[in-house]
Amino acid sequence: MGNTHDDPSKNVAYDTTDTVPVGHHHESLSFQVKKKGPWQTAWKKLKRDRAAMTGVVILSVMILLSILAPILPLPDPEETDLANRLKPPGTEGHILGTDELGRDMLSRLIWGGRLSITVGFVAVGIAMFIGTILGLIAGYFKRFFDTVIMRTIDVLMAFPYVLLAIAIIAALGPGLMNTMIAISVVGIPYYARIVRGSTLTFREMEFVMAERAIGANHFHIIFYHILPNCLPPLIVAASLDVGWMILAASGMSFLGLGAQPPDAEWGVMLSEGRKFIRVAPHVSVLPGMAIFLVVLSLNLIGDGLRDALDPKSKS
Amino acid sequence: MTEPLLEVENLKKYFPIKKGLFRRTRGYVKAVDDVSFQLEEGETLGLVGESGCGKSTTGRTILQLLRPTSGRVLYRGQDLTGLNFQQLRPIRREMQMIFQDPYSSLNSRMTIRNILLEPMKIHGLYTKKEREERVEELLELVGLDRGVADRYPHEFSGGQRQRIGIARALTFQPRLIIADEPVSALDVSVQAQVLNLLQELQETFKLTYLFIAHDLSVVKHFSTRVGVMYLGRLVEIADKRRLYQSPRHPYTQALLSAVPVPDPEIKRERIVLSGDVPNPKNPPEGCAFHTRCPECMEICRVERPPMIEVEPGQFTACHLYS
Repeated sequence: MGNTHDDPSKNVAYDTTDTVPVGHHHESLSFQVKKKGPWQTAWKKLKRDRAAMTGVVILSVMILLSILAPILPLPDPEETDLANRLKPPGTEGHILGTDELGRDMLSRLIWGGRLSITVGFVAVGIAMFIGTILGLIAGYFKRFFDTVIMRTIDVLMAFPYVLLAIAIIAALGPGLMNTMIAISVVGIPYYARIVRGSTLTFREMEFVMAERAIGANHFHIIFYHILPNCLPPLIVAASLDVGWMILAASGMSFLGLGAQPPDAEWGVMLSEGRKFIRVAPHVSVLPGMAIFLVVLSLNLIGDGLRDALDPKSKS
Repeated sequence: MTEPLLEVENLKKYFPIKKGLFRRTRGYVKAVDDVSFQLEEGETLGLVGESGCGKSTTGRTILQLLRPTSGRVLYRGQDLTGLNFQQLRPIRREMQMIFQDPYSSLNSRMTIRNILLEPMKIHGLYTKKEREERVEELLELVGLDRGVADRYPHEFSGGQRQRIGIARALTFQPRLIIADEPVSALDVSVQAQVLNLLQELQETFKLTYLFIAHDLSVVKHFSTRVGVMYLGRLVEIADKRRLYQSPRHPYTQALLSAVPVPDPEIKRERIVLSGDVPNPKNPPEGCAFHTRCPECMEICRVERPPMIEVEPGQFTACHLYS
C-alpha cells in the first residue's frame, strides 16, 4: 500500500542487543521513532479507512446539529400551524416541509435527533457498564460467580429482545426513560459475554501471574490489567450497538411504548407520518432516512474500528 | 551450618478433578506429591523433569501463587503456607519470579515504564522521583537503554522482553528468584545472553535461584545443585557434578543418557525407556517410576522409596540403594 514509513515495525532497530556477542549486552541501543501506543496506531489506521471516516463525518454532523439545536435559527418544533399542514419540502420558510399539524420538519428532525441519539448512547453506556462488570467478575473468578451470572444471562437471552423490551416497558410503564432502561437491560448479555470471553483469555496470561507474584490484589488486576485488554472488542461492539439501540428505541416509540407525541422523536415521527404516506411521504420518509443515516454511519465506524483495533491487520 | 534461605517440606499440590452436573470431586491430579528440598543462600538449584512433572507447579506453590494442599514452605524460618495476602506482601518483595513466555508475561497495553513502575506503585514505596530513577536503574542493570522506557512490549524482541521481565523481578532487590524456564522460549544464541545476565546479577546481588528447566545442558551450565522430578516427585537431588557424573536413580540415568554429546567419536549407551509417563491422575503404586524402570524389583511395586543419602550431598529415592 506504499505506507512503509507508517509501519512501526520497519523503522526500529530492535534486535541489536540480541545479536551483539555474549557479554556485551550493556551496549546501548538507539531508537529513532517516537513512542507509539496501541491507541495511536489504531487511530492512524482508522484515519486511512475511507468508509469509516465517512461514518465519522456523517455522525459528527448529526451530533453537532443536535447539540446546537437550541441556538440554531429554527422554529419551535412543537409549534403547530394548521393552515400550512403537510407542505412538501422546498416550501418557503420550511425547507423540509411541514407535518400533519404544520410543524417544521427540519426543526423536528434536529430536535428529534437530540432524543434518539442520546437514548442510543446512554442505553449503550448503561448496558456496557453493567455488562462489563458482570463479565469481568464471571470470567475472572469463575466457579460460583460465573455460574450464577452466566446462567442468569442465558435466561435473559432466551427471550426475543423485542419481546423482553416490551415486557419490561409493560412493567415500568411507557415513556422514553423506561424505554431506555428496557433496551439497556436487553443489551447487557451482549457485553457480559464479550467481556467474559476476553477475561477468560487474559486471566491465564503470565503477566497476571506476575502481578499476583508482586502482591497485586484482584481489584487492581481486574481493572488495571484485564479491563484495558478487553477494551478493543468492547469498543467495536459498542459502536455497532449504538445504531441497534437507536433503532430499538425508535421501534419502541413507533409502537407507542417509548417517546409520546407531541415529542419530536424519530420513531414517533415515523409512526405519526405513516398515516399520510400517500399524500405526504416526506413526513415519514425523512425521519426514516435520519435513522438510516445514523445507523449506517455507526456501522461504518464500527467496522472501521474492528479493523483498526485488530493487531493482525497491518495496513 | 547457617539456616537455609528456603526449605520446602513435604510439599503437596493436588488439583481436584470435578465432573458432572454438581461438580463433585472425582479424584485428584497429584501435580506435586511430597517434595522436600532446601535452598542455601547464593546457590542455584536446577529443577529438571519432563513436561507435566510438576516443576512449574512446585515453583508457583512455593511463591503461594497456588496454595499447597499440604506441606510447609519455610522462607528464612517463616512458614509461608499459613500467611494471608497482606502478610505475604512484604515477603513478595524478597522472592520474585521470572516467567517462561516473554510474550505473555508483559502486559501489551502498558509502556515499559509503567510495567516497571507497577511493583513500586502496588507496594506504595518511594517518591515519584525515586521511582522514575529506579526504572532507569533497572533498565541499565539488565542491559537496556534507558530511552526505551516509553515504548511498548511489541516493539521488542523475545530476548529484550525477557530482560524487561527480569528487571521487573529485580525491583526490590529480591533474595530469591524462581525462574520458570526463563530461556526455553528463546533462540539458542539469545539464551546464552540471558543466562549470562542472570549469572552476573547473581554475583552482584547475591541472588539465590530456583531454576526450573527441561534442558539438561542449560541446567548443567547454570546450576550448583540439580533436582530431578518425575510425576510430581523428586527422585534425585545432588550437587551438579555428582549428578551428571554418577547419577544413581534409573530415571536420572536414562535422562542423562539422552543428552546429545557434541562428539561423534564418543559412543554411548542410550537407555531408552519404554512406555509413556503414567497419568498423574492415577500414579502407580509404590515407586512412581516402576512401570518404566529397567531395574524394577518386587518392592518397587508396593512401597514408595524414601529419600536416602547415597553419597554425601546426593539423595536418591530408589529401592536399589536401601
